[in-house]
Amino acid sequence: MTYRFDFSFLAERWPAFLEGAWLTIQLTVVSIALGFVLGTLCAVLRVYGGGLVRRVIGVYVELIRNTPLLVQIFIVYFGLASLGLKLSAELSAIIALVINVGAYTTEIMRAGIESTGRTQLEAADCLGLTRLQTILHIVLLPAMERVYPALSSQFVLLMLASSVTSQISAEELTAIANVIQSDTYRSFEVYLVVAVVYLALSFLYRFGFWLIGRLLFVRRRKLGTAI
Amino acid sequence: MNQFTSVHVIYLLEAARWTLLLSLIALAGGGVLGLALALGRVSRLRILRGLAIAYIQIVQGTPLLVLLFLSYFGLSLAGYRLDPLVAAGLSLTFYVGAFLGEIWRGCIEAVPRTQWEASDCLGLNRFQQYTHVILPQAVRIATAPTVGFMVQVVKNTSLASIIGFVELTRAGQIVNNSTFQPFLVFLIVAAIYFAICYPLSVASRVLERKLHVAR
Amino acid sequence: MSQDSAVAGRPGRDPDGPANASEVVVSVQGVTKYFGPLKVLDGVSLEVRQGQLVAIVGRSGSGKSTLLRCMNGLEPIQGGRIVICGHDVGIGKSNRAELRRDVGMVFQSYNLFPHFTVERNITLALTLVKKNPKAEAARIAAEVLALVGLADKSSAYPEQLSGGQQQRVAIARSLALSPQVMLFDEVTSALDPELTVEVLKVMEDLAQRGMTMVLVTHEMAFARRVADQVVFMHKGKVWESGPTAQVFAHPTTAEFTQFIGTGL
Repeated sequence: MTYRFDFSFLAERWPAFLEGAWLTIQLTVVSIALGFVLGTLCAVLRVYGGGLVRRVIGVYVELIRNTPLLVQIFIVYFGLASLGLKLSAELSAIIALVINVGAYTTEIMRAGIESTGRTQLEAADCLGLTRLQTILHIVLLPAMERVYPALSSQFVLLMLASSVTSQISAEELTAIANVIQSDTYRSFEVYLVVAVVYLALSFLYRFGFWLIGRLLFVRRRKLGTAI
Repeated sequence: MNQFTSVHVIYLLEAARWTLLLSLIALAGGGVLGLALALGRVSRLRILRGLAIAYIQIVQGTPLLVLLFLSYFGLSLAGYRLDPLVAAGLSLTFYVGAFLGEIWRGCIEAVPRTQWEASDCLGLNRFQQYTHVILPQAVRIATAPTVGFMVQVVKNTSLASIIGFVELTRAGQIVNNSTFQPFLVFLIVAAIYFAICYPLSVASRVLERKLHVAR
Repeated sequence: MSQDSAVAGRPGRDPDGPANASEVVVSVQGVTKYFGPLKVLDGVSLEVRQGQLVAIVGRSGSGKSTLLRCMNGLEPIQGGRIVICGHDVGIGKSNRAELRRDVGMVFQSYNLFPHFTVERNITLALTLVKKNPKAEAARIAAEVLALVGLADKSSAYPEQLSGGQQQRVAIARSLALSPQVMLFDEVTSALDPELTVEVLKVMEDLAQRGMTMVLVTHEMAFARRVADQVVFMHKGKVWESGPTAQVFAHPTTAEFTQFIGTGL
């Protein structure tokens, strides 16, 4: 049985794919940024906080990492609505994504923070730095540099995982693909194109994170060595 | 609107069995593919390496959901009827294979160079080196991360709901459509996933400590 | 005449006299400390006067590094009393910040911050802790770097420097905060002999300028030449203590005689 591939829809519909990509970028960049802040905060609290704080964050991390993102999204979108809090699909998506990436970031940053040499902390202490100053100036940036590959991989994964937000009709690339394929009946071709677009986005994101790394880690840029 | 009762909970638990089945299929298929890819990645033949790298890069750069759709619609193009289980199993196999391939490649490469040299000096050929010296050690290194990755596999099966396969998440949607209590229903769904995944996560951590892979 | 120099004018050191006139800056009285069931410090007492250089010597495991770390509040003590620059170390952390301003510490592994340049390593505490404005901090940094002979290295990163240079930066970093007392924990032990010389020279220079210094060291020749007081520790106790010349000329214990005999 032969099948004739038909990509003719592209001629007319290609702007929609680009628009979808742009929407995905907006959605995920916001989620990644907020999720990173949340994750770093939780990691700091987890390492330096008291017993109760540590346990609460531990529970948060385990709950998120052991349940599917799709279910988390349903809980935020449908669940909260049934409790009276009706949020838009985009906002629900962002909330779910932020909570999700926050949990993974917590673990990654925690590993980075805990790998700070004890002698570094001692030196900072002996210079009179407060704990907060030590965390901000001495611990965080080198920790982030050490775990940067793991961190950026996780963020790229999040961008790809954002495709499931199409299930609550959030406006992003996969949702647009769903619409197009139902219009054109060229399902396979449409998703093939979408796959290519996501691949391009993956490369774009990886390049973006590389760039950010160059900007943030000045010493590495100048000397070319890992910390 | 129906009341949410224990009947629904049982229905969810029964659907969870399909989640487990799909996970096992994905692991089995993905495992075979992953092994092939890992060996391809470390092969001395440039073309094998290139193919393996290309496959892994492409699959890892594509959302699982899109792979799922491709498998689902691709099946019908190939002349088969649309079967959600087959489509889900296929796409998960492709997906899991890529990730396991990467993980296992890392484990093979983590076996010290000196092991290759020693076995080579003893006169073992490449195949013997692999089967008797390298892979056994790589398996030991791979145990913890593989168990950890199983958590991802179980979670990923939730996407099969989107193409209509009735596993735990889809069952949750069905129950919700009947009882209209999404918060309660999906919380229980999450709890069941947690009950499956958390022990695996803990096991992975315990294994990592016990096998204490030197870094 | 305010903070014009990092090492403000101090009474000149009198290498021969017992310096009875200067005040006691560090007072350690009957200190005991345990690591679990192990008693590492057993009734240790010593006194350091202003402007003195005190060398604490002994074999590995004698407790000398532990004593130094206790002096700075890095380790808690279980018995006795330590008063350093008027601060009672060992009671709560309330006076910690002031203690840190008055007491500087240099470590065996330098502990420079690798992600900062040499200059930033020095100005960090100046801006954050002493709240100096940036220009003032930069000026002080340049001054102390010149003191240790590394004026041209201010924009280098620690990994670009040799061990001896890094240690000198560490000394400069501590010095920049104008401490009253500086503690040195085996600062040359991790260095090759050639690099040790340059660091010892800086330390001797500091001593000439009147800095009160407590050294834990293996450099016996240096201690003998430069220290005012020598304290010999063995198995957590002080076995010898007194003016350098006297202790070396007339040791009272066999352990010390054995110790300097082996040249450790």
